[in-house]
Amino acid sequence: MIKVENLTKRYAGQSAIQDLNFEVGKGEIMGFLGPNGAGKTTTMRILASFMPPTSGRATVAGFDVFAQSLQARAHLGYMAENVPLYSDMRVTEYLDYRAALKGVPHRRVAERVGDVKELCGLKEVENKLIAALSKGYRQRVGLADALLHEPDLLILDEPTIGLDPNQIRQVRDLIKNLGKQHTILLSTHILPEVEMTCSRVIIIHKGRIEACDTPESLLGKIRQAGGVSLEAKVGADNGAEELKKISGVRDVIVDSDGDWKLFSLRVESGADVREEIFRLATARQWSVRELTQRRATLEDVFVEITHADSV
Amino acid sequence: MRKFYTLLSREVRSYFHSPIAYVVLIFFLLIAGVDFYFQVSFMNQRQVQYTVQEAFFNSVFFWFAFVLIFPLITMRLFAEEFKLGTIEPLMTAPVRDWQVVLSKFFGALAFYIILWIPPAFYFVIFQYVAGQPAAHSAGAYSGSYLMLLLLGMFYLSIGCLASVLTKNQIIAAIISFCAITLLFFLGLVQFIILDVSSATRDLLGYFSAIEHMGTFSRGVIDTRPIVFYLSMTVVMLALTYQAFQSRKWRL
Repeated sequence: MIKVENLTKRYAGQSAIQDLNFEVGKGEIMGFLGPNGAGKTTTMRILASFMPPTSGRATVAGFDVFAQSLQARAHLGYMAENVPLYSDMRVTEYLDYRAALKGVPHRRVAERVGDVKELCGLKEVENKLIAALSKGYRQRVGLADALLHEPDLLILDEPTIGLDPNQIRQVRDLIKNLGKQHTILLSTHILPEVEMTCSRVIIIHKGRIEACDTPESLLGKIRQAGGVSLEAKVGADNGAEELKKISGVRDVIVDSDGDWKLFSLRVESGADVREEIFRLATARQWSVRELTQRRATLEDVFVEITHADSV
Repeated sequence: MRKFYTLLSREVRSYFHSPIAYVVLIFFLLIAGVDFYFQVSFMNQRQVQYTVQEAFFNSVFFWFAFVLIFPLITMRLFAEEFKLGTIEPLMTAPVRDWQVVLSKFFGALAFYIILWIPPAFYFVIFQYVAGQPAAHSAGAYSGSYLMLLLLGMFYLSIGCLASVLTKNQIIAAIISFCAITLLFFLGLVQFIILDVSSATRDLLGYFSAIEHMGTFSRGVIDTRPIVFYLSMTVVMLALTYQAFQSRKWRL
């Protein structure tokens, strides 16, 4: 659905993105991650034909975003960051206008506008001025607009930014549902969201792709970022020394809370040392009040990838 | 064509969604009304060689209001879209650049024409009340209104160009105000600098909006200004189109 080859964009001599290569297949929900200024918005704007790349090629639904931009634009629904809208229009009026602009056939405009209002929960504000809408509703108007012409592909730039937790959940469910019929490329900062919705993830940092994989295998690659935490009363024992002897434990950090000591263990990838710890604790008669394994999250992946060379 | 019509109707409607339209309309009607009243009462007091209609379109009041309205009408056209970022959804919809440029120009022109409808009734009312026509012939009316249209198109296209160059509406207004005023005074230079050759004076006369309005409001339709204003409008719109496209490379 999207094919990007050696895509580069320079502003005033500085590269915003450098030699990007990736593909998004039909029906995929692709998450686009990266710190601020990594080049996410630039990439999405190029894909939406808003600006041309400095070099390289990108195609959307088989159409070059520069040479055949009109056809490419007709096949995608784009929602810009912060959702700029004409605040002097009413919701239905705006959607009617956008539908005509996107070439929805005359007799289908009312039906399509009705459908997207239903889908995005805009019925109760349909006659309101856009200026009077809350952030969450503006976001939904933007999403409704992107869906109007039933595009094969949706490009959503930060669809959940600035929303409250309930609205984030609603938008997330909506995106998940949309993913059944549409190909989606979305950027976000909120990592749990990506884990829940996306089938694949691209991590972009300083204009380059650092990783591109499914969330599961990205997590698999950095299992060591996970670990085990143990909270125990070890009495006169040192604790840390004994724990370090367990095979698979790489490192132990100790924190004290009165008699209780909190051990954070970093373990080798794939190793499960909890049973060993339990045996050690019973042998030494330590009182244990917590023993948990912390699973690595995408956040760990993200931090590991994007932090490495920025320090 | 449907997309162009959609864009155009949004442009015209957006004028009436904003207070600018009403402020301009009221400001313009006020000055046009005062102008008309002054001309009529002036003529009541003495014998003059011209008609009410000629006097109305050639007075200081008229030109003062006339030069001011164009920056007000055009400043928001592109600058506002750039500022609010609405240019992004607009240009990621399948529309062509020229459709956007032309819809903005013709939207402004439509508003400008609407602006001129009420003053047209002054002449009708004058004829009804005074029992005599406000002009010598129908050609004088059509000449004046044709000149209004031509001048309007030219000055609006200058305003379009100014607005596409910046995302600040005030700056757009200042640029177009300066450009229009300078062009306007270029025509007056021949009255100020007397020690230039007559050829130079003639040349400058070609740019003189005042002179053109003078001849057209007498009902004399000269084709030279028509060609001049139409071609300058096309040039300005072509420059606007180029500047609008260049945003892609500047962003």
